[in-house]
Amino acid sequence: MHLVIIGNGITGVSCALAVRRLRPKARITLVSDETPHHYSRTALMYVYMGHLRPQDIKPYGDWFWPENRLELVHATATALDTARKTVALSNGPHLAYDQLLLATGSVSRTFDWPGQHLTGVQSLYSLPDLEQMHRHTHGIRHAVVVGGGLIGIELAEMLHSRGIAVTMLVRDAHYWGAVLPPAEAELVDLQLRQHQIEVRYRTGLAEIVGDADGRVRAVRTSTGEEIECQWVGLATGVAPNLGLAATCPALATDRGILVDEYLQTSAPDVYAAGDCAQLRQPAAGEVPIEQLWYTGRMQGETVAHTICGQPTRYRRGPWFNSAKFFQLEYQTYGRVPAILELGEESCYWQHPNARQALRINFRPAQNHAVTGVNAMGIRQRHEVWEGWLRTGTPVQEVLRQLGKANFDPEFFRRHEADIIRSFTQQLAALRTTH
Amino acid sequence: MDFSSDLTLSRPPVPETSATEKTLLTAVGLGLLALLTVAFDADAGRARLSFWLGLLLLSGGTLGWAWYKFGRQPAGVQHNNLWLRGSTSRGSVAWLTAVVLTGFYVVLYWFSNDDGQGNFGPLNQLVHALEPASQALRHRPSDQWFLYGTFYTLAVLVMGGRALWKYRHSPYQRIRTVSVMFFQLGVAFLLPGLLLAFQKPEYYFSYFWPLKYEYLFPGTVDYLLKDGGPGLGVFLVFWSAVMSLVATPVLTYFFGKRWYCSWVCGCGGLAETAGDPYRHLSDKSRTAWRWEVRIIYPILAFIVLLTALLWLGASGAVPALQPITEPLAKAYGFAIGAVFSGVVGVGFYPLMGNRVWCRFGCPMAAYLGLLQKHFSRFRISTNGGQCISCGNCSNVCEMGIDVKQYAQRGEPIIRASCVGCGLCSTACPRGVLNLENGPREGRYQVSQLIHADSLRILN
Repeated sequence: MHLVIIGNGITGVSCALAVRRLRPKARITLVSDETPHHYSRTALMYVYMGHLRPQDIKPYGDWFWPENRLELVHATATALDTARKTVALSNGPHLAYDQLLLATGSVSRTFDWPGQHLTGVQSLYSLPDLEQMHRHTHGIRHAVVVGGGLIGIELAEMLHSRGIAVTMLVRDAHYWGAVLPPAEAELVDLQLRQHQIEVRYRTGLAEIVGDADGRVRAVRTSTGEEIECQWVGLATGVAPNLGLAATCPALATDRGILVDEYLQTSAPDVYAAGDCAQLRQPAAGEVPIEQLWYTGRMQGETVAHTICGQPTRYRRGPWFNSAKFFQLEYQTYGRVPAILELGEESCYWQHPNARQALRINFRPAQNHAVTGVNAMGIRQRHEVWEGWLRTGTPVQEVLRQLGKANFDPEFFRRHEADIIRSFTQQLAALRTTH
Repeated sequence: MDFSSDLTLSRPPVPETSATEKTLLTAVGLGLLALLTVAFDADAGRARLSFWLGLLLLSGGTLGWAWYKFGRQPAGVQHNNLWLRGSTSRGSVAWLTAVVLTGFYVVLYWFSNDDGQGNFGPLNQLVHALEPASQALRHRPSDQWFLYGTFYTLAVLVMGGRALWKYRHSPYQRIRTVSVMFFQLGVAFLLPGLLLAFQKPEYYFSYFWPLKYEYLFPGTVDYLLKDGGPGLGVFLVFWSAVMSLVATPVLTYFFGKRWYCSWVCGCGGLAETAGDPYRHLSDKSRTAWRWEVRIIYPILAFIVLLTALLWLGASGAVPALQPITEPLAKAYGFAIGAVFSGVVGVGFYPLMGNRVWCRFGCPMAAYLGLLQKHFSRFRISTNGGQCISCGNCSNVCEMGIDVKQYAQRGEPIIRASCVGCGLCSTACPRGVLNLENGPREGRYQVSQLIHADSLRILN
């Protein structure tokens, strides 16, 4: 079997490793035009800030690939012919496949703002993006970041590390409004203030203004304010990369490449996984396009089994994610929506220093089963929460065992007693109101 | 944009150094200069003045700089520009620092012996500047080793202050840093001095065989029993034997080798404080790991064998042994005790990282490592599927462990070399790593939330 994988991100590589394990004799080829070797996209910021060197963000040493007989092709896949089962490459002969995985990832999403093609305006998704950012922020004084999500705050932290003043434009009333409840967002806002990041909430980008040389000079916001800057970061999300899929009419696409629950596309022996894939029928309450490092890894592993003749449905299990907002760590397990859903209740505790907080959501009508947790500045054990969420453990039971989930290092102050006291009061108050 | 030459970015500019920072670093530089003039100053009074002024400027400047650099920022991981500044990324400043440090050790070990008339070579004036301090503490004249001990302790204390500022957000790092500062100052500097003041043998309660190899050599045991008197001498020999052979396995069983290497040991104390700016320089490659295993275990085997042979020789059972073991012990003292642990171990901090000796040379670390790997409750747990392979953990590992290889597979980290400094856990941006002394059952349990890519990486 010859498996060709387009894309050497976490999805493509996870699939390659799993197939190698399941089919020691398979021929596996990874095609990427971004970098010769797989690297950790989530670590790009640390290279810019000088915490790491570019070679440090490669999850595997260069010897790993030949030793595991994973062929790496550094080229652009320009066209796909599912009838002949070949992929055209930018710099060589066509590549014939028995099975094909499209793991082409994302492209940055922009909204056709006037001036978005000026020099010094860009997004951050790939290593070439980082290189460009690195050149265009050299010696500048002020930058504007558009977007109040994970990449937006990462850009702010990166620029701050080089002493560049940053103004963030955030469309919502608080940071990461689509995901974080206001209380948690307030803690992030404190981090932004402590690091001298100016934030304009309820403000969008109207126009980017250039100078005579075609370089960005300022932005005009939706509120009419003009902010002088020498660089603009567009952190307004990503969309599935359909570049290769568009060359093949046999592939059904919508926003992403459409796949069934086995991550199989409309073409035989062609699969899609990770950021570029769109599930035709996502499970209730789930999104059709998942764009996380973790989901990419899980989809890559899952599709490897199907490719190796063990048809396996993609079953993600309870949602989880993590991030770090400047110095504030965030972990979440299960679902904690920004606005409480009908039939759910929420308990929230916050330390007076505004550096630790914990929120637990649960369903009173379903035996108080927990549905999600947000941990800010407190580390929580994944396995423990996974178990509680899968079994629908009542919130009272979770509180009794809360210490079991603590993953903070030794000697860190434990907050369980305060949390339990506060949550017990909140639960009692809920009972009286119902 | 061409990335065919792999992941390479041109080196970006480092932010300008502020006037305050320049002033503080100037104080550090003037302090070093003042100490240098001491060596060439024939006037003893002026030399002494320069000596204390130099130490004051050096310590005050470093502490002030640490506060300026780390103390004014919100508490947290502060590694900005670590790989961009020449001083911490093998640039010209780092090479200069390495040459100066190495040179100091060479002069100290081989060109500063007392010539019999109280003359200590190039370090003579520095040694004599400490005369009052030595008399006060030890009731005996200063010598080059007292000078070295003073510098060493000062480095641990001052750079310990820096580490406290830098890692103040982590109670684990704070307590651990205070611990190494305490053991260096109290147990490895003041206490041996006091023993001398009371006409007792100079003894270091925080160093054990096989690191302090001579403590279980028959010659030293004889000397301790004789000079220590019936009470103290017996106690010191008892302490040496019990700490090396009983307490070490027991403590390592419960806490891993960290109880010694990153909490008590003086070599570790210097590495964790003065060496902290260089921890990321340790080589994480598979090749380096192979060299580590090739070097450190033969050294352990050699010193164990040598100790046994010395006792066999001392017992008189095999008279022919004496002429062989004595030169062997001398050779070991020169090659391992002096060249490796001192000159290479500390002198190469700015180029090869702060644990070169601990990683490649220390027989105590090898011994503790074997215990830690096969007979301990200690492990670094990984948190389910939360790893993003960013590499911050591997970067800060001073022992050159490629931590992310384990974390991204959801595997606990159980490595003989891990000294448990906890920096991987401190630096992890996603809360994935945690040092734990759990039960031994399930110690190697892999997280079910990551399907292990069981390819040939770790063996």
